Amino acid sequence: MAGEQVAVARRARRQLPWARAVFWLYAATLMLPLLWMFGMSIRPNEDILGSFSLIPQRTTLDNYRTFFTDPVWYSSYLNSIIYTSMNAVMSLIVALPAAYAFSRFRFAGDKHLFFWLLTNRMAPPAVFLLPFFQIYQSVGLFDTHLGVAIAHMLFNVPLAVWILEGFMSGIPREIDETAAIDGYSLPRFFLRIFLPMIRSAVGVTLFFCFMFSWVELLIARTITSVNAKPIAATMTRTVSAAGVDWGLLATAGVLTIIPGAIVIWFVRNYVAKGFALGRV
Amino acid sequence: MALVLDGVRVRQRGETWLHDIHLELSSGMTTLVGPMAAGKTTLMRVVGGLLPPDAGRVVVNGKDVTAISVRKRSVAFVYQQFINYPSLSVYENIASPLRMARFPKKDMDRRVHEVAEIMGIGDLLDRRPAELSGGQQQRTAIARALARPVDVLLLDEPLANLDFKLREQLRGDLKDMFRDSPSVVLYSTADPAEALTFASPTVVLGEGRVLDVGEVADMYAQPPTLAVAATLSDPPLNLLPGVVREGRIECLGSSFPSPGAHASGRNVVLAVRPHQVTIERSGSDVLEFPAEIRLAEVTGSETFLHLMLADGRHLVAQLAGTQLFTPGERTVAYVDPAHIFVFDDAGGRLLATSAAEVDLHG
Repeated sequence: MAGEQVAVARRARRQLPWARAVFWLYAATLMLPLLWMFGMSIRPNEDILGSFSLIPQRTTLDNYRTFFTDPVWYSSYLNSIIYTSMNAVMSLIVALPAAYAFSRFRFAGDKHLFFWLLTNRMAPPAVFLLPFFQIYQSVGLFDTHLGVAIAHMLFNVPLAVWILEGFMSGIPREIDETAAIDGYSLPRFFLRIFLPMIRSAVGVTLFFCFMFSWVELLIARTITSVNAKPIAATMTRTVSAAGVDWGLLATAGVLTIIPGAIVIWFVRNYVAKGFALGRV
Repeated sequence: MALVLDGVRVRQRGETWLHDIHLELSSGMTTLVGPMAAGKTTLMRVVGGLLPPDAGRVVVNGKDVTAISVRKRSVAFVYQQFINYPSLSVYENIASPLRMARFPKKDMDRRVHEVAEIMGIGDLLDRRPAELSGGQQQRTAIARALARPVDVLLLDEPLANLDFKLREQLRGDLKDMFRDSPSVVLYSTADPAEALTFASPTVVLGEGRVLDVGEVADMYAQPPTLAVAATLSDPPLNLLPGVVREGRIECLGSSFPSPGAHASGRNVVLAVRPHQVTIERSGSDVLEFPAEIRLAEVTGSETFLHLMLADGRHLVAQLAGTQLFTPGERTVAYVDPAHIFVFDDAGGRLLATSAAEVDLHG
């Protein structure tokens, strides 16, 4: 019935005369800073600081060459990718069973616990800086990828549980029961039947975990020094005696967008579905 | 195979959903009929092991299985909703209980094809459930339930979500299939016509209690209580108030001889099935009710005439064929006393029946 209504709505939707123009104007406004940054990344510094021009006069790949040869730059880029991926996977591994429990079982304090998970996200990250710093120093997690990944789980696990629980509750319990009657053990049912049913939720969750961890700077910078230093932290340190290296900064900016764009590309259909179905 | 429910009681959220159910079922099909919220699904879930009862025992073949986990029981369950594993093909769906029971591959393959053929989905085995129609999805679910030989097969209103043509077709198939099943097959329905069609041993459930157990045709012809009569009547019974006076029962200005000897002044409830109400005088001893026509619903083969009686009560007459009436017109409804069930005002116990309205055994 819902499907029919959607179909009717789609048929009834009329093309507004300026829709196309408005869309492109909007897209151009959004894209302009990105294109500008890309333009900067392929210009020499003198041209960036020189006279204004829309099209680069001289193009160079020197900035990219510097980025991938200077260990300070490429290692921090790798650091970010490593701890972000670790975080996404670990958050998912923790959140999947938790979300299933919240969705399927009733236990003492379940509703309070679920709400408490959310309240974790209400605290500003800065609140956790000092405890993290001290604890990590003492247990040897300071300046490690694992340390950053764990710290980011503080924010991402509640979010992941929240998203996954919404999707899971949309799946009828009768599926679980049928599987139990058929003789599936819980882990086997979860992996073979249940997980494939919520794969769009998993995609959406991975995307959100990745995104939050990738753009988070404050905690990641505080609990790292060299070995796990995030790319964003390196970007704040481009000021040298010779001034700001604008071209290199723009290059780092362009490269920082790419992993996010790749993740979006893979989960774009899931995210669209996720917005339509679940709790995103 | 034998299934015994011994004093099964279920309480949920402070309400009693099942009151001390005692039942003994043997192999073959048993129909469980009752209105919505009668406890049919709860009873099925208890038998299947999905819901632990608060009291009582579930005994299968002499063995108490109450405490045994559903994963270890020999049961199959078909839901009203079409429940299949969306990520698996139809073949894998049907095969999954066999796989879990570690059937040898060859036997499994043969069995899957066998039940798929029985259910008429033999050529759909490669599809995903989402690619099937509702009827085919439910056939898949039933096929999965049939695949593994089980002690107890539970079907909880399996046809309720299908449209009527598919329902009638599948109903016929199921009737043939389960008649001589070695398992205890418990089939629940809210549709009395379905229970009557299956004509198998029937349990009538109402408000969490077993109201009657027996042959459905007998219950239909001689309902022991008002609740059983109401459960087995579709369209709903017409109920009229009556009072016993000197060996006759008076009802809205008409009267007829009381079928039994009862004390004068006693209030009774008269129940008449809509198809026993006519607007043409059929004999001399019939009750007459002057009425006003409120509405005539034509379904094609039948016309449902909604009448308002002198005291504002409604009476529905189910007439054959398409008949046209003008609302507001006056008419007279006739009821043959032979077709009236008399229940007492309080407990609904049948005081005495008039002659059986139809000879269902003939």
